[in-house]
Amino acid sequence: MDVTAPVAAIGRSTLRSLAALGRVSIFTAQTLRHILIPPYYPREIWHAVIAIGWLSLPVVGMTAVFTGAALALQIYAGSGRFGAESVVPQIVAIGMTRELGPVLGGLMVAARVASSIAAEIGTMKVTEQIDALVTLSTNPMKYLTAPRVLAATLTVPVLVAVGDAIGIMGGYLVGTTRLGFNEAAYLKNTFDFLQFWDVGSGLVKGAAFGFLIALMGCYHGMNSGRGAQGVGAAVKAAVVASSVLILASNYLLTEAFFGS
Amino acid sequence: MIELRDVHKSFGDHAVLRGVNLTIPKGESMVIIGGSGTGKSVTLKSVLGLVKPDSGTILVDGEDVEKAHRDTFLSHFGMLFQGGALFDSMTVWENVAFRLLRGSLKRPKAEAREIAIDKLRRVGLRSKVADQFPAELSGGMQKRVGLARAIAADPQIIFFDEPTTGLDPIMSGVINDLIREIVVEMGATAMTITHDMTSVRAIADKVAMLHDGVIQWTGPVGEMDAADDPYLRQFITGSAEGPIEAVR
Repeated sequence: MDVTAPVAAIGRSTLRSLAALGRVSIFTAQTLRHILIPPYYPREIWHAVIAIGWLSLPVVGMTAVFTGAALALQIYAGSGRFGAESVVPQIVAIGMTRELGPVLGGLMVAARVASSIAAEIGTMKVTEQIDALVTLSTNPMKYLTAPRVLAATLTVPVLVAVGDAIGIMGGYLVGTTRLGFNEAAYLKNTFDFLQFWDVGSGLVKGAAFGFLIALMGCYHGMNSGRGAQGVGAAVKAAVVASSVLILASNYLLTEAFFGS
Repeated sequence: MIELRDVHKSFGDHAVLRGVNLTIPKGESMVIIGGSGTGKSVTLKSVLGLVKPDSGTILVDGEDVEKAHRDTFLSHFGMLFQGGALFDSMTVWENVAFRLLRGSLKRPKAEAREIAIDKLRRVGLRSKVADQFPAELSGGMQKRVGLARAIAADPQIIFFDEPTTGLDPIMSGVINDLIREIVVEMGATAMTITHDMTSVRAIADKVAMLHDGVIQWTGPVGEMDAADDPYLRQFITGSAEGPIEAVR
């Protein structure tokens, strides 16, 4: 048995990972360049805004309302152990705006949008539509990737803002109907407590998550393998990569914003 | 004129093109024949810059493909893809007028639509098809739309990738005749890849047989049947016996 085999396996795996990181970095740089440098495709950007932003509203709204409602119940039960039930409005507000709004909203958009982008672009690749774009003097990165990444970066923060509001409303509904909070006091406590950066940091996270979601959808779609199996694998990779990147970047951004 | 000089291309360990040399004079229709997996598509995509050769030179009208300005270079080309490669999110006329709605050849929308409908008529489709989506059309109609898109900007060079694959014999005949008529009418240089011998006889001025990564035989279509090249003979007759292995 070759004693160097395990080392060689580690080396191969490391090289593969570094190569993948390099490819993603080049793809990201190219995407940014195509977003900044004309020509632009406003119609494609508008379509992407509708597909990514508007059509994700129901799923983000549903996620937020149930998350806010469950959060209010949990905080009430937990804080009751040391007699601090009155902090429910404040903790729901800060929990939704800083963490749960952007992260859960981002994950839901990743499931819905990264998969759809990867499937669409992957199918276009398999059916030679990407090659057709090139022969029609149109750069696929500029025509397909740049509008989607730009649209997601701009619309996911809006989705997060809507999700924050709906999540707080979910907490409010449970707080006032189930936990005995006074309606006006609940709202006053929420808005008096919230600071601009609580909401602002969540919106910045939303923009970062939107960028990552669309980037991963486009990257895996553009690199899709052949046939239905290739497209299926691209969709799976796009959802997994965007979800993991959302969670990892969420930690890094939280550390950067609130770490000290 | 299109010239390929000693073009090599490998994918991993698999050498697909092993020194392709081919010249297609201006205004001629060259058909490249060969079995599946012999590198026909790679040859065609190399000329378009969709695949980068490992070595060798490809010249179009004397200009090196790799050094040419991409947009200007590609604006001279039209291509009919094997499966049509129509954009399914767009209507038929938007597909046909794609090049006329953006980029350096951009026209006003109404004018682009007029040209698209005119090109659709040229390939035998009624104007009511213009507002349908590709998924609503039959395979033959999709091929015609693909052909209309390929000729929409009056290209000087047109590529046809397996133009009759998946069509019934009558529709294949219709597409072959259309291709021949359009190429002659436009005076375009045409490069077609196919393994359909009926297409070859209908479309070609010259034929090149690609096998094992090199051009095994090339000559006028009229000399094809009399040629004594064993690879060409086996391909034309469709025999399982001969130098080309049936199991690949």
